[in-house]
Amino acid sequence: MGIEIKCFATLAGLEPENAADYPVSEGETVNSLLAKIGIPAEEVAIIFINSVRSFADSPVRDGDRVGLFPAVGGG
Amino acid sequence: MPRILRINTRTKEYTFEEPGQYAKLGGRALTSRVINKEVPANCHPLSAENKLVFASGLLGGSTAANSGRLSVGTKSPLTGTIKESNSGGLFAHKLPKMDILAIILEDKPAPEDEFSTLFISGDKVEFRNCADIMGMDNYPAHDKLMQTYGDKMIAGMIGPAGETLRTTATIQFTDPYKRPARSAGRGGVGAVMGSKKIKAIILDADTNEKVAAVDADAFKDSRSRWVDILRNHPVTSQGLPGFGTAILVNIINEAGALPTKNFRYGQCDHAADISGEKIAETIQARQGKTTEGCHVGCVIQCSQQYNNAAGEYVTSGFEYETVWAFGANALIQDIDDIAHLDRLCDEKGIDTIEIGNAIAVAMDGGVIPWGDGKAAIELVKKIGTADPMGMIIGNGVGFCGRAFGVERLPLVKNQSMPAYDPRAVKGVGVTYATTPMGADHTAGYGVCQNVLGVGGNVDGLKKEGNIELSKNLQVATAAIDSMGLCLFVAFAVLDAADGVQIMADLVQSWTGQAFSTDDLVNLGVNCLKDELDFNARAGFTAADDRLPRFFDTDPLPPHNVTWGITAEELQGAKV
Ligand code: SF4
Repeated sequence: MGIEIKCFATLAGLEPENAADYPVSEGETVNSLLAKIGIPAEEVAIIFINSVRSFADSPVRDGDRVGLFPAVGGG
Repeated sequence: MPRILRINTRTKEYTFEEPGQYAKLGGRALTSRVINKEVPANCHPLSAENKLVFASGLLGGSTAANSGRLSVGTKSPLTGTIKESNSGGLFAHKLPKMDILAIILEDKPAPEDEFSTLFISGDKVEFRNCADIMGMDNYPAHDKLMQTYGDKMIAGMIGPAGETLRTTATIQFTDPYKRPARSAGRGGVGAVMGSKKIKAIILDADTNEKVAAVDADAFKDSRSRWVDILRNHPVTSQGLPGFGTAILVNIINEAGALPTKNFRYGQCDHAADISGEKIAETIQARQGKTTEGCHVGCVIQCSQQYNNAAGEYVTSGFEYETVWAFGANALIQDIDDIAHLDRLCDEKGIDTIEIGNAIAVAMDGGVIPWGDGKAAIELVKKIGTADPMGMIIGNGVGFCGRAFGVERLPLVKNQSMPAYDPRAVKGVGVTYATTPMGADHTAGYGVCQNVLGVGGNVDGLKKEGNIELSKNLQVATAAIDSMGLCLFVAFAVLDAADGVQIMADLVQSWTGQAFSTDDLVNLGVNCLKDELDFNARAGFTAADDRLPRFFDTDPLPPHNVTWGITAEELQGAKV
């Protein structure tokens, strides 16, 4: 079992092929995950883990759903 | 110095006045001061005693980026509160070029009198016959006006909904592409214009006086730093122009805060089908435009042109709020149906948020099936006609709830909520509850700190910090609305150390009057004080600041949060 990764807007093209079931290791954080996938950390502005606002050092665990966004706004 | 143009819609007399007590005010601060000073707070909004004010901001007419937003003020027939409804379009930058600070429509004609179009040219105001466009939808009526008054005229007009005094009626304004696609959307301001039997206000292209900064050098410097600030922030330089405001569909859905099926859930299964990404992809495939400005001088360009499958123009200014209301809240999945509904709203002259929510309530009441876009289109087409169903839908969510026996009504002060569930984005929930406008996200956009990570981070799922946050944002927003700036500049200003100073410098150098950052804050504070004072005299109390009870009793999935902020605590968000 792995995690689900969703990359949105300008990051969509960086979503890994196995995004629906991506393997994570012990002690994984958002930062280490980004490095592994090859997404430049400075391009990621907003992070959700299981719909909860999260940050670069937030832990990522098996079964999580991770949503990554660039800086966006609207309203 | 620009003057105030008062027009009596009954006697057809008009005067150009020195601004007097209203000097140094602009935009929302000006409209709210006029309404608070001159309109009896307990009058009926459609009576002769109500007034309708159109004002450019303090930077109106200037070349400062994003400074051409218009404030329309009145006592709202939807909420019974004071109202400022804000719009893009070309109207705001034009008024100062006619040496006009604000237009005030007063009184009302006799029941048997006909509607007129007001033609403002030089120092003259003419009441002209408009029988040829009565009952007509906004786009064809606007085309006819262009034939009559020249294609450089600038109009503010009402559609069939305003003529028939529906409480969701908008006033539509000419955009840079010769379309009536920008609207003062919320609060039924179009019904007030309809009550005064004014179909359109036309600003003559030929009256075009030169306007210039009083301190030209200082203005030039501030202006270029201002553009830097807007061009260097990722939201205003990439996010908004790239995907439009509908970029928020995916993010608010991911945050579990996208109100779905009349505010039952925080996530929508078909969010991807109605997302900004999907819309941008569709626009590109059909040779539309993904970026466009709502007025000259916008460097952010969040708007767009959406075409149908045949490549023909359908709509522009296709906003997140609209896509959400019809798409997630009423469960309509077909983005072309939603675009069609957006266009219909502009044609009839109705608020897309209030109507989208009213359609969801109609679905909740079993009037049409959930998610049925075609049935929704047929209902919306009835608005502005004598059909009783059109009358009901056209009067918004509160009215529909009573007509259809629906108890779940997402209202504050009878105005329905926009696209963020207050249980999961409490910063904006506090704004819904406490702004003098009724449920309005633009009055204090806590989404920035709760979800978008702009201007800091405050947890939107918890109460802590959100009351203070909303209060500060409400003050800043009132100031931005009074300067005539587009609210989206706030994304960049919140993250720029010198942002507020530069806005103050722009005003000072443009107007030639001393204007510090303290003055800027006070402009916002005093504007809110005028509005709260009016509402208090109209009979509103702390009890009116509560959210509907279901937000406290029904947890919102996926976070299963409830609202949990009392009316007493909420008073801390008011100035
Ligand atoms: S950013 Fe959007 S709303 Fe603001 S001025 Fe530009 S087009 Fe208009």
